[in-house]
Amino acid sequence: MNAMSVPLWAALPAAALLVVGGLLTLVGSLGLLRLHDFHARIHAPTMGSTLGAGCILLASILVSSALAQRPVVHELLIAVFVVLTSPVTAMLLMRASLYRPRG
Amino acid sequence: MRRRVPVLPVFLLVMWLALNGSFAPAQIALGVLFAGLVTLAVAALRPVFAWPRRFDVAVRLFVVVLVDVIRSNIAVGRIILGASKRQPHVGFVKIPLELRDPHGLAVLAMIITGCPGSVWAGHDTESNVLTLHILDLQDEVTWIRTVKQRYERPLMEIFG
Amino acid sequence: MNHVLPWAVYFALMCVSVAMGCATIRLLRGPQAQDRVLALDTLYISGMLVVLTLGIGFGSGIYFDIALLIALFGFVGATAMAKFLLRGEVIEP
Repeated sequence: MNAMSVPLWAALPAAALLVVGGLLTLVGSLGLLRLHDFHARIHAPTMGSTLGAGCILLASILVSSALAQRPVVHELLIAVFVVLTSPVTAMLLMRASLYRPRG
Repeated sequence: MRRRVPVLPVFLLVMWLALNGSFAPAQIALGVLFAGLVTLAVAALRPVFAWPRRFDVAVRLFVVVLVDVIRSNIAVGRIILGASKRQPHVGFVKIPLELRDPHGLAVLAMIITGCPGSVWAGHDTESNVLTLHILDLQDEVTWIRTVKQRYERPLMEIFG
Repeated sequence: MNHVLPWAVYFALMCVSVAMGCATIRLLRGPQAQDRVLALDTLYISGMLVVLTLGIGFGSGIYFDIALLIALFGFVGATAMAKFLLRGEVIEP
């Protein structure tokens, strides 16, 4: 893997962010299985799409900036896009589950 | 009349330059052309214009939302990990709003749905009552106070 | 040389893959249609995170474009299906 050539000042925070982001995404997705009601389940994946994705994107910004030796910020576009779009899907699903008969 | 900052073309130009990763004059010229054409094409779709007034309040609101996202992530994580012992008690909260500006309501919807643990479930435009769905509802009064003080008041200052 | 970052990349890949597995179980088992759409939403976000993590591991910028495309098309697909559940049609006259 190419990741070994990353300098230490970027590798340590990036590693911590990757671990935290992976765990948050895992717990959020685990909620899909552990919660018994759809109305409770709809809250769980928001964890992965807010802070989980945010941590991994921040790690990606750190590593690619350190490898290119200049600030690389185009990962922020994905962050903006996910923040703008994931609430739309959640709201549509919430309204759909309210209007559909339960069963 | 206030001077209007063209937010959309500037945003599109910055996005173009960030995607290409260069500040060469040719890229800037292409980006300006692209931003101008898209702005002209989109202008017909947006009859209502919004101009954020208070950038300092917006920055403070951003920090508040960031802290709340981290806090509610931890809270929802604990609920999920403890779900084998106790399933959360889901419920709806009705909140009467004073905010009427459509852009302010859109930002409020994004903030509320973006925080884990709460989803925007509906809004009545006539009575201006917002319905929230909460993952673990303990007391309604705290939620109403949180939404009104932490989010609605800054948004009313920003969008007027 | 430091081996911290490769191990963190492996760990994150494992976590996100298990997350995708959970979402797949919910996708196959979900009692209602909205459960399946919610699982699909989780699945594309996790897939995007896998691609981003691989991009960190290989130190390559190409993965970024793939992640952006997955985010774009996943959003369009999930929203179209949620809208279909809500109203019975995707594009209303």
